[in-house]
Amino acid sequence: MAQEQSYYVPEQSKWPIVATVGLGVTLYGVASIMVNGKQGESTTGAWVMFFIGALIMAYMLFGWFGSVIRESRAGLYSAQMDRSFRWGMGWFIFSEIMFFAAFFGALFYVRVFVVPWLGGEGDKGTTNMLWEGFQASWPLVNNPNPEAYPGPKEVIGPWGLPLINTILLVSSSFTVTVAHHALKAGQRQKLKLWLGATIVLALVFLTLQAQEYVHAYKDLDLTLQSGIYGSTFFMLTGFHGAHVMLGSLMLIVMFVRVSKGHFTGDNHFGFEASAWYWHFVDVVWLGLFVFVYII
Amino acid sequence: MSAVAESHSQEHHHGPASGITRWLLTTNHKDIGTMYLIFSFAMFLLGGSMAMVIRAELFQPGLQIVQPEFFNQMTTMHGLIMVFGAVMPAFVGLANWMLPLMIGAPDMALPRMNNWSFWLLPCAFLILVSTLFMQGGAPNFGWTFYAPLSTTYGPPSTTFFIFAIHIMGVSSIMGAINVIATILNLRAPGMTLMKMPLFVWTWLITAFLLIAVMPVLAGVVTMMLMDINFGTSFFDASGGGDPVLFQHVFWFFGHPEVYIMILPAFGVISHIVSTFSRKPLFGYASMVYAVGAIALLSFVVWAHHMFTVGIPLTGQLFFMYATMLIAVPTGVKVFNWVATMFRGSLTFEAPMLFAVAFIILFTIGGFSGLMLAIAPADFQYHDTYFVVAHFHYVLVPGAIFGIFAAAYYWLPKWTGHMYDEILAKTHFWLSFVGMNLAFFPMHFLGLAGMPRRIPDYALQFADFNMVSSIGAFLFGATQLLFLFIVVKCVRGGEKAPAKPWEGAEGLEWTVPSPAPYHTFSTPPEVK
Repeated sequence: MAQEQSYYVPEQSKWPIVATVGLGVTLYGVASIMVNGKQGESTTGAWVMFFIGALIMAYMLFGWFGSVIRESRAGLYSAQMDRSFRWGMGWFIFSEIMFFAAFFGALFYVRVFVVPWLGGEGDKGTTNMLWEGFQASWPLVNNPNPEAYPGPKEVIGPWGLPLINTILLVSSSFTVTVAHHALKAGQRQKLKLWLGATIVLALVFLTLQAQEYVHAYKDLDLTLQSGIYGSTFFMLTGFHGAHVMLGSLMLIVMFVRVSKGHFTGDNHFGFEASAWYWHFVDVVWLGLFVFVYII
Repeated sequence: MSAVAESHSQEHHHGPASGITRWLLTTNHKDIGTMYLIFSFAMFLLGGSMAMVIRAELFQPGLQIVQPEFFNQMTTMHGLIMVFGAVMPAFVGLANWMLPLMIGAPDMALPRMNNWSFWLLPCAFLILVSTLFMQGGAPNFGWTFYAPLSTTYGPPSTTFFIFAIHIMGVSSIMGAINVIATILNLRAPGMTLMKMPLFVWTWLITAFLLIAVMPVLAGVVTMMLMDINFGTSFFDASGGGDPVLFQHVFWFFGHPEVYIMILPAFGVISHIVSTFSRKPLFGYASMVYAVGAIALLSFVVWAHHMFTVGIPLTGQLFFMYATMLIAVPTGVKVFNWVATMFRGSLTFEAPMLFAVAFIILFTIGGFSGLMLAIAPADFQYHDTYFVVAHFHYVLVPGAIFGIFAAAYYWLPKWTGHMYDEILAKTHFWLSFVGMNLAFFPMHFLGLAGMPRRIPDYALQFADFNMVSSIGAFLFGATQLLFLFIVVKCVRGGEKAPAKPWEGAEGLEWTVPSPAPYHTFSTPPEVK
């Protein structure tokens, strides 16, 4: 229990309040862009606000993580502190899982109940009287009211780009694990190589995903506005893509830190947390591949 | 590197910084707890003043004071502010103050993130309250913001409301992660899980609920945001979506949310009943398991809020029985408190008065909940004042009395002074009478068919509404007395010993009153 007795309580910090101002200004800016844009007013001021907020957030992220890294390297953190970080990261990932669960839940509810009911089947099949003649199908390409929501020409099949992307992401989970083992064994060159490979795989994934979106919008008329299929498709894959971006950024930061000689074989939680996050992103993709693309 | 180490080497010894920076930059759990509690009370007064507007309008039938549009904004903002601004932050404030003291930890596990969790709240409520002054007014669709009221027909400020909810969610999730990390990792040596004080247990489970459902709330408001601004059709049946989908996702968050607002109060009441009965709790383990059972069941009952929207019969049956099942662990708790008092040597200081009122009145709220759980009967009660009576009975004498009880119980520890017992008892009795006057007649109004969220009503409801309004004014005005009592207690009063309550147990009573700025820098040993 000797370590417990020097438990580290950081002294006053400006970062939380900077982060509050940053997040508040950013989101107020985003909301103003949307509201002003919808009302046909100028959005210039709102964009300026958004950029100022985003700059404050970037400053905060560098500063806050910077001081945590400095403290960690100064040896201020005990084993107990390390466990606090682990619990924190673990429960953060759990909260992310629940965020995705909301969207997966919406997808399942729509497919299992809403669309069949609208098509006249089941317990609430009377809803078919709203749009008589509407045929239920999935993927839903003919919406109940095609004038309000013109459906897509077709949707993206699973065995083209999505399959390639699956292979890319699953491989990247392996490469990051190899890198982790290399880090534990103290093989720095191997570590850099495999971590670098992971980042390359991540960036290729993102590029292909962007291509898929362009294809969907340009050729297939599959958009956010094309009814519930487009809504669930873009929200699920879009939030996943955003998380891949965040995960890639984390891995890139880890690469920089490794290059600077940070981390030792038994003290590298920053790296581990990024790897955990990366596996989480990977698992979510597998869920997407099965439930959005294949089934 | 060594310079960094040196600059940090002395932080265990210095006291609070002076001036505003103490509060802006603090990493101290006691400072942050204090800020949460003050913020919560400010929001309680703000949300309460909106309730006063509502009751003033309903004092007599006919439109008297405000326009229906503004009335709707008041009901919406009152609900949002009380739930997210008053009750939840109050419990997080209590957690910040007391969890480290109760488990023998020097601070919360992640002190800087703790400060961020707090400061996000004023930011979020600044945005939320600013919607009152925007074009088209504040959100006016009720605190449950059902689609399509909130999507197709909502005011432009709805987008700001959505981002305010996002910020509150970030704050709650980080706060909950901090609580879990603190409880699981920083307990004093020897304090096994089944030796933890019940307030710690209930907060551990509450934090789990928060992390599980706040992201779902974020998800549902995100879908709203997309429907409003980017043309998706989650809640629009003409694109293949469904407004009922909104209610499913919202109540998947919303039902655990009501337990988030009551479980920490269960913990507080358990301590207080045991202390002022001068007996250990009748059944500690059964209390822990009951809280766990309530938390798990809370995930499978959400659709009892939606019996009338047209869910399949099997769904109604499942959610009806699952909901009634919650009465079992809740009954375990109520009988436990009563059995703890049985043949105890009771005294009725202010915390105990609030605790006993809690047990009786929360049980009434629980019973009306059981009535609402019965699907066929709910067709009659749905969206009437009976529902309003029910949830005010669990939230006001439940959550809010729990918070008052906790405040009086721990004020001597926080301030080093005893509060004025006579004034506190006056506060209790006026609150008790006012609250029952305000909310009990609502049961009758609801059963007679008065719908909720309306500014005007038929003549036969006039008498009960007037009684209810008088009770509400009494309850509202009484809370200023609470403010006075707390300020008086902070400024002076009889010196409090380390353990002001004879029957109290726990680590928090082993440190002096007021608790020093830093406590348990070396962990105590728990046998």
